[in-house]
Amino acid sequence: MTDLTGRRFAALIGDGDTTSGITLHTIWGTPLGLEVVAMPLAPGTTHYPSLTPDIPSAFWYERALHDLYGVIPDGHPRLDPLVLPHIDNGTPLPRRVMGTGLFTIPHGPVRSGVFESVEYVVETPGEDIPHVNVRPFAKHRGLEVRFGAMTVHSGVMLAERVEGIASVAHALAFSHAVERLTGAEPPPRAQLARVLHAELERIANHLDVAVKLADAAGLAVAVARFGYHKERVLRLVSALCGNRFGRGVVVPGGIRSQPRLAPGVLQPRLDELRHDIQADAGALMGTASFLDRLRATGPLDPDEAALYGLLGPVGRACGLDLDTRWRHPYDAYPLLKHDSGPQRDAGDAMARLQVRWDELDQSFDLLRQVIELLPDTEDTLRAPVEPVAGIAVAAVEAPQGEVLYLIRADAEGHLSRCAPRSASFHNLAVFSHTFAGDILTDFPFIEASFGVSIAGVVM
Amino acid sequence: MPWIFRGLRDGVLTTRYPRRPDPYADDGVESLARPLPGAEWEPGLDGLCPTGAITGDADSMVRLDQGGCVGCGACVLARPDTFAWQHGSRQSRVDRAGLIVPEVPGTDEELARLRAELGQRTKALRRSVHIRHVDAGSDGSEEWEILALLNPVYDVHRLGIFFTASPRHADILLVTGAGTHGMAAPLARTLEGTPRPLVVIAAGTDAVSGGLVAPSYATSNGIGSLVPVDVWVPGSPPSPFALLHAILLATGRLR
Repeated sequence: MTDLTGRRFAALIGDGDTTSGITLHTIWGTPLGLEVVAMPLAPGTTHYPSLTPDIPSAFWYERALHDLYGVIPDGHPRLDPLVLPHIDNGTPLPRRVMGTGLFTIPHGPVRSGVFESVEYVVETPGEDIPHVNVRPFAKHRGLEVRFGAMTVHSGVMLAERVEGIASVAHALAFSHAVERLTGAEPPPRAQLARVLHAELERIANHLDVAVKLADAAGLAVAVARFGYHKERVLRLVSALCGNRFGRGVVVPGGIRSQPRLAPGVLQPRLDELRHDIQADAGALMGTASFLDRLRATGPLDPDEAALYGLLGPVGRACGLDLDTRWRHPYDAYPLLKHDSGPQRDAGDAMARLQVRWDELDQSFDLLRQVIELLPDTEDTLRAPVEPVAGIAVAAVEAPQGEVLYLIRADAEGHLSRCAPRSASFHNLAVFSHTFAGDILTDFPFIEASFGVSIAGVVM
Repeated sequence: MPWIFRGLRDGVLTTRYPRRPDPYADDGVESLARPLPGAEWEPGLDGLCPTGAITGDADSMVRLDQGGCVGCGACVLARPDTFAWQHGSRQSRVDRAGLIVPEVPGTDEELARLRAELGQRTKALRRSVHIRHVDAGSDGSEEWEILALLNPVYDVHRLGIFFTASPRHADILLVTGAGTHGMAAPLARTLEGTPRPLVVIAAGTDAVSGGLVAPSYATSNGIGSLVPVDVWVPGSPPSPFALLHAILLATGRLR
């Protein structure tokens, strides 16, 4: 949601406890960067006026805060549990839509296939989907409390596990928050290596979406081809750092070790990969039976996307460009040239896939520039990080969209608060709005086109 | 039609593992640390590990519980004279204590009994086995590695290993994640809905011990207290080869 001054609601994060007083941090995206507005509640107070009536995207944030902090937003439209388990007292599933012949399908939490656990409560007369309620609580792991036992140095390992398929992005967002707090400036080599890993992670994630979409359409060869390309990317990452998900590379202050492949080895492998992916993507985008399933499926209205401030490829498919890499460039991104690429604004599953192909292409262009620049930098990997007491917030662009970390640390470097906010959380709140005119068999396409990870939603 | 030729484009991509060794299975990933043989205990070594997996005991040897190892490499970086990366994908064990390296003496008899019992139970599953995956609070990366088993590089169908959508058709439950309270009931219902004989695999360090997520108010710190685990696979996440090794171990197809 953007208001008159061009501010966008980015997050609502709680801090403290009821006895000493809870502080609600509203985080706004502004043209100058992220702005944190603290709203302290008096000790013992648990009520505050709900933001949701004015800012619809606060809907999930306030439900999560209610679960974890017990604060009650007065005037909230539906304060159901979101991240804590519902109490199963044997009552029938709640119904939102009334009428004859309607029934409720609880889809999950154990899904039909290898998926992350999440429950979609689908209300349907048989084919149409008038209402979907997303209940992601099954995977709540209590990570925000777990961060409280960590330091500005060790916390990065847990950040990598908040959303495992975007490990690099989460490690980066955490590290940037620490660097903003402590004033550490990563050396040039580290800034380039960070972009190298972040873009490889983006390629792997976008290929994963292609695999899932092709699988939903039953295109066995396409599934095999994109699965093969994704495996090649993960193997390339493991050849660079020893880990298939780029874990252990990004640390506050820089990176931990040199990329293990020489530019002369890396670039040809990327060229080959790009060529193969482009050829298969071209074939996929020429397969009529596949495209028919995506066109006009899971549509999102551009006005609604702007109202909710949708992030990443989901937002960009509605013409909403909130790419942190170019809005507020970090690490080596200011050095890199990029085209803005074709504008997509159809807002359907097709546009979301097209955005991902555009981004994939762009990632290969960025990687080429990074590999050219790498040899000319000094060998220094890491700047010293001297703990400073204070609070800081930072954001980077994950494959799913903007990942944001708010941290508060003491002078010894202990984290007294660390709150990650993934793009998956922000975007999944509008998932249930996308079913206008779609039927049950469209469900897997719409789900895959969002490309979210449930681990990052409930943490 | 064009997809048919596209599928033939790169020839056979599939590994010959386990019949032939695969270099990526042996040396591709650094996922677990181990103490070097003969490494001696000294105070302070336990502080290197973020999950407390490093311990020392009276016999003055350093022990590392790989069931708690998240592969961060902190110990290997700080003390290369004492710790090293473990190579290879033969990382899973049929007993939880077997994940401690070097092994604790006196566990051989119990191990032999476990192996024999598991072998007896899985006799009928050796040629064809159906797996039901359940996510009990993973970070999402384990699911990627499980799905990778179906890509043409690993192609586990060639070994008679299939994934099934229903627990009613499953022989193996492959459980990932630290065992969140929200998944305790669905996991129990899945277990109940699965026919016997049944093998349960705890896939990943989170499933074995909770990993970095433990201790947590929202999880059981591993799935061991929720379901009877037969095979323990460490790794955060375990690589596809490590998962494949676990499945073959569970069905008695490895010596």
